Amino acid sequence: MDAAAAAALADRLTETAAAARLPASLTEGDPWRPRPFRIDRWRRDLSDTFTVDLVPLDGPPLTFAPGQFNMLYVHGAGEVPISISGDPDQPERLVHTTRAVGQVTNAMKALRVGDTLGVRGPFGTPWPVEAAFGHDVVIVAGGIGLAPLRPLIHAVLARRERFGTVVLLYGARTPEDILYRAAVTAWRGRFDMSVHVTVDRATGRWSGPIGMVTKLIARGGFDARDTMAYVCGPEVMMRHAAQALIDKGVAAERLFLSMERNMKCAIGLCGHCQWGADFVCKDGPVFRYDRVAARLAQAEV
Amino acid sequence: MGAGQPNSGGSGEPGPVRLLGDGVAALMAVLRAAGREVIGPTVRDGAIVLRPLKRPDDLPRGWHDRQEAGLYRLDWEDRPTRFAHAAPAQGWKRVLHPPEACVGTAYRGGIASSAEGADAGPDGPCWAAPEASPPLRAFFGVRPCDLAALSVLDGILANPAAGYHDPAYARRRRDTLVVAADCASPAATCFCAGMGTGPGVGDSGFDVALTELVEGDAAVYLARAGSPAGAALLEAVEHRPASDAERAAATDQTVRATKAQTRALPADPRAILARATEHRHWADVAARCLACGTCTLACPTCFCATVEDATSLDGVTAARTRRWSSCFTEAFSYIHGGAVRGTRGARYRQWITHKLSAWYDQFGTSGCVGCGRCVTWCPVGIDITAEVAALSETRPSHRRRGPARRPVDGSATPRRRKDDPPAP
Ligand SMILES: Cc1cc2nc3c(=O)[nH]c(=O)nc-3n(C[C@H](O)[C@H](O)[C@H](O)COP(=O)(O)OP(=O)(O)OC[C@H]3O[C@@H](n4cnc5c(N)ncnc54)[C@H](O)[C@@H]3O)c2cc1C
Ligand code: SF4
Ligand code: SF4
Ligand code: FES
Repeated sequence: MDAAAAAALADRLTETAAAARLPASLTEGDPWRPRPFRIDRWRRDLSDTFTVDLVPLDGPPLTFAPGQFNMLYVHGAGEVPISISGDPDQPERLVHTTRAVGQVTNAMKALRVGDTLGVRGPFGTPWPVEAAFGHDVVIVAGGIGLAPLRPLIHAVLARRERFGTVVLLYGARTPEDILYRAAVTAWRGRFDMSVHVTVDRATGRWSGPIGMVTKLIARGGFDARDTMAYVCGPEVMMRHAAQALIDKGVAAERLFLSMERNMKCAIGLCGHCQWGADFVCKDGPVFRYDRVAARLAQAEV
Repeated sequence: MGAGQPNSGGSGEPGPVRLLGDGVAALMAVLRAAGREVIGPTVRDGAIVLRPLKRPDDLPRGWHDRQEAGLYRLDWEDRPTRFAHAAPAQGWKRVLHPPEACVGTAYRGGIASSAEGADAGPDGPCWAAPEASPPLRAFFGVRPCDLAALSVLDGILANPAAGYHDPAYARRRRDTLVVAADCASPAATCFCAGMGTGPGVGDSGFDVALTELVEGDAAVYLARAGSPAGAALLEAVEHRPASDAERAAATDQTVRATKAQTRALPADPRAILARATEHRHWADVAARCLACGTCTLACPTCFCATVEDATSLDGVTAARTRRWSSCFTEAFSYIHGGAVRGTRGARYRQWITHKLSAWYDQFGTSGCVGCGRCVTWCPVGIDITAEVAALSETRPSHRRRGPARRPVDGSATPRRRKDDPPAP
């Protein structure tokens, strides 16, 4: 074969190979590229928990829906999924509340105002807000699980007249572990929302309820048959809370929870967040309870 | 189109042609002349593996593999065949979704503007994506099971309907020609026939499909085009229409290869697994499985990967590397407080249930193509077909009595994660 024929064949092969039919859009883009954000505000919430406000260095702010998360990249340390915990109506500040538990989150904790973080996102399914219009809203949080629920609380309070009774039930380990204390106090002071906090273990001058958040559910204060419920916390807590809500009369298809699994990509490529037939990163993290109840009841899935 | 007319395009009914002379050598030469790196099976360290091929002699001429659960042997005889072996030790995912690949490099702020290729943000971290254009390649001698595996991988990593995709994979895939080859000599571990993926090459997913036939003491090749590119390749090598006898020989060979397969998955593994979530057999597998992850490395459709950072000494650059990872490791499902799947039984259940059941719900196909690699390469010979058969037996589950949510290995004490608050 002479050079010209070979070159002509080479072109023909590139243009007409079986795989050349792949849509061009699939070969483009860089899903791994983090956007640089500057830490504009840093505050400690609890001994191991801190909140950062981030502003973008390279373009428009990130709009998001309550319940979505970002992958936050700390240079050289790694990337972790962290829920967005700010107000969805104020996207110019991207707010994340993180508990320092390991390598990346501790490295993140050491950052200060002016430092940069990489951000990919937002990812995942949101808490359905509009579906609750006209219904009672029950929000059940355990520990750091209040962080992914805060955007939902903001969204509900911003359209308060659209909902029936609004209830926040929050369980913390000790009174010192109550997250967003000022906000919780402010919510408590509102006449259009009822807020109940329980602790696993009372310390100091705590005179409130002690025990699991499920006890608060049992007490009621909402019309269970006309309620949309949103639950986030450790997996066992969510299991018990969901059961308590069902026992109370909340419909399984009006109950939503946010799952946590190991995540290395958030874009359906790494397989780490596999849960049954779902990727938590893109089919979740927010799931409708009736669709996942069977596997939630199983150990080690 | 008359029987054996050399076809000129990807459309219509492509009739097979008989390549003249050493057709495989001619095809490889044309591919190389057209600038393609040819990758195919070759013998290395006692196994047939996939490597760049420089010359036709690199193909495993005369080699034949014996595969059994936990066993792989190569025998050589003075035979002309180059494709008288089953699935090579490795799948083609090695090339398209490499064991290790940089997804990008992050530059610490300030210095970013001096770093070549990095986006110069005012501060950083700035980011450089890796080299975007892969070499042009031709996969040579892709077995039918592996052809199916390519399409399974496409369904995850390059699927327009999936919402996300892996552009690096899609670019490599786009720039790869596929020369498939019928399987005439399945191994004892193969069960492609039952999975509907082989042993004959189907109608799509390839550019050229070869059939190796033995005539006297020579190997001869029939070829079909599966795309216009394949037709162009065949035009560039000497051929004539295949005779009726040659076509019949090809069909017979596939029928014989189908009948030669002894392994098969039981019918409807999805239903079996759906019933078996708490089966005692998980504990039985857990007692044998070493959690080494070899099965997932060998499997041509297992795609899981982790991403790790490697920082330069001065701390300025951090290369982010994607590496294959395995659902058999404890770290895979680790979240703060402990691994979600702490027991080996749970990890095996996760793997096999994903392959044979959840994969349909997620991607519309089986995650297993029946190549038998996980059976062959498992150091203790755990056999996906035998395990499903055992799981189909209705035996009392270990959960008959006792608390719910026991670990699937049946151990008495449920593993507690640190975070678990006491039960109410
Ligand atoms: C959708 C989603 C939202 C989250 N939102 C928040 C949040 O708002 N605030 C918060 O503090 N935490 C949140 N988490 C948990 C947070 O991602 C982990 O605490 C974090 O990944 C721990 O990383 P590390 O490197 O510091 O810990 P290490 O213990 O050093 O982690 C080792 C590896 O395990 C993985 N890993 C460990 N723990 C978790 C975990 N709990 N979930 C997922 N992967 C884990 C990480 O990939 C990490 O690379 C969320 C997790 C998910 C999946
Ligand atoms: S599960 Fe086993 S037999 Fe099935 S495709 Fe993977 S390696 Fe091959
Ligand atoms: S099944 Fe076999 S190959 Fe797979 S992890 Fe267990 S011992 Fe290793
Ligand atoms: S986090 Fe990678 S697939 Fe979901």
